[in-house]
Amino acid sequence: MNPSLSWNLLEDVQVMLSYHFMLNALRASTIVAIVAGAIGYLMVLRRESFAGHTLAVIGFPGAAGASWLGLSAALGYFGFCLAGALVIAALPGGGRANSGLGGHGEESAGIGTVQALALACGFLFVSLYHGFLSGLNNLLFGTITGVTDTQVLVLLAAGLLCVLVLAALGRPLLFATIDPDVAAARGVPVRALAIGFLVLLGVAAAGTSQVTGSLLVFALLVAPAAAATRITARPAAGLALSVGLGLGITWLGETIAFFSPFPIGFWVTTFGFAAFLLASAYRTAADRFGANPASGRRHVSGSPA
Amino acid sequence: MNPLGQTDTPAGPTHSQDEPLGTSPADSAVGADHYRSGQDGDAVVSLNEAAATLAGRTIWSQVSLTVRGGEFVAVLGPNGVGKSTLLKAILGLIPITHGQASVLGARPGAHNAAIGYLPQRRAFDPSVRVRGIDIVRLGLDGDRWGVPLPGLGRAKARAARERVTGVIALVGAEGYAHRPIGQCSGGEQQRLLIAQALVRRPELLVLDEPLDSLDVTSQGSISALIQSVCRTLGVAVLMVAHDVNPILPYLDQVIYLAHGGAVMGPPEKVITADTLTMLYGTPIDVLRDRAGRLVVIGQPDVPPEHTSNQKSSAR
Repeated sequence: MNPSLSWNLLEDVQVMLSYHFMLNALRASTIVAIVAGAIGYLMVLRRESFAGHTLAVIGFPGAAGASWLGLSAALGYFGFCLAGALVIAALPGGGRANSGLGGHGEESAGIGTVQALALACGFLFVSLYHGFLSGLNNLLFGTITGVTDTQVLVLLAAGLLCVLVLAALGRPLLFATIDPDVAAARGVPVRALAIGFLVLLGVAAAGTSQVTGSLLVFALLVAPAAAATRITARPAAGLALSVGLGLGITWLGETIAFFSPFPIGFWVTTFGFAAFLLASAYRTAADRFGANPASGRRHVSGSPA
Repeated sequence: MNPLGQTDTPAGPTHSQDEPLGTSPADSAVGADHYRSGQDGDAVVSLNEAAATLAGRTIWSQVSLTVRGGEFVAVLGPNGVGKSTLLKAILGLIPITHGQASVLGARPGAHNAAIGYLPQRRAFDPSVRVRGIDIVRLGLDGDRWGVPLPGLGRAKARAARERVTGVIALVGAEGYAHRPIGQCSGGEQQRLLIAQALVRRPELLVLDEPLDSLDVTSQGSISALIQSVCRTLGVAVLMVAHDVNPILPYLDQVIYLAHGGAVMGPPEKVITADTLTMLYGTPIDVLRDRAGRLVVIGQPDVPPEHTSNQKSSAR
């Protein structure tokens, strides 16, 4: 599966798309990039990255256990991530956004303990399974082979549901993230939104795990979002940029992984990191040289005075 | 409990407007104004022998007070006495366990869309990368579910944008409303948050220590801003203050909470040695310096464990 790269890019892409597994991989990763980009943006705003990472790790024993029992790995990912989201939401202090207005936020010690247990259970299931080492690697670091048509459909259904729910929660979720006290006084159900968001995050982490593996979920869940927040301070633009960066990173990563001997997880993570680095450099430069090009002043029509 | 004997006006039929305030927040937010600035004399907030209980402990009781339309009222008292609890009770976030309470003519919490609320807080973290104007906008329609479809309701969207830029101009925050709020100074953040509280054109502003952690210059300018909002828009202001001096020249009434009870009246009658001595039951002195600043001496502190309990359970 390492066709050599010619200099005719169009032909190269055609070669790549002629493989059905590659087509499925691209379909799956496109869905995943959109969902992870959108939910990741809110996760970064809510500063729940650690919870997101833990949810991804919780998917690992799910997938390993499902393989051990002869079930589909996707079932394990989704089941365990959803259950994990509810566990984290039930932890004291879990499920409150920590967006800079006071000392609330995720209870990192409790979440960390859950994460350690999840990794240990995953390893136990893998040893019980007596599986091949490559199976373990794929669960942890992702693979582009072996995404079935059914898996693509499951991802599509889960992704659509996520995006629709996120759109419905949109503004109150942002309000509860940035300003929980005022939002609560306005009748926004802050606590319920926090739980709902963790469940969404669980679905996003489970879906992303199937492309990047449990340990590299952050390449798609955090890197595009973190880069987007550094480029723009406008929520709608940031969300769109996060999705766009996620798509670019996965498409590029998959294509190069197809033509290179190195695994997809490495490429996607590397491009995610590069995007983050470039965005940070842009932010530093923009802040240092006074003019604030990301502030979007031109955007306001009829600004007063 | 009320030596001034002048604030026990029971909750009357204060609001006789026809349209209910809380039912269609978007329409009332973007549509016609619903200021009723000429309602001086009507009670906006009215408590009668009210009590609040948090985690089984009575924070205060026998509190009677009346805030009328367009009045600037400060809530004073030592730390941990339940000043924030009073504001939360008025917002309906904490139940009133005894007595009667009426806010904007209904039970507390029923008309919160017509109340602008500024909770007690520290500043936004410098890394919060959301613009001030977005935060003001959340105050307008942040509690609405769903996402507006692009292209639909364009006039409404423009009205909302104009409302937001208008209120930002009102508080004088045009210069930094497009910066990420984490990069604004404490005074700038406070102006933007006051704009957020005002964007729905409320009839009552409820402010919890808005001058806390500001430098002296900002304290003065924010106090003047609050007073000007109160006077020009006719919004009643109920504000918890740690230090009364920055707002003393502007105040119509003060509510002094201590010893589980409260006294309400004009500042020159409440912040006196006699009234506070009666309230606390121990000798209190009130001194006035040459600049007219008041200093209260001898006010017993609330025991520390009481304070920490109250803070943690109120969160």
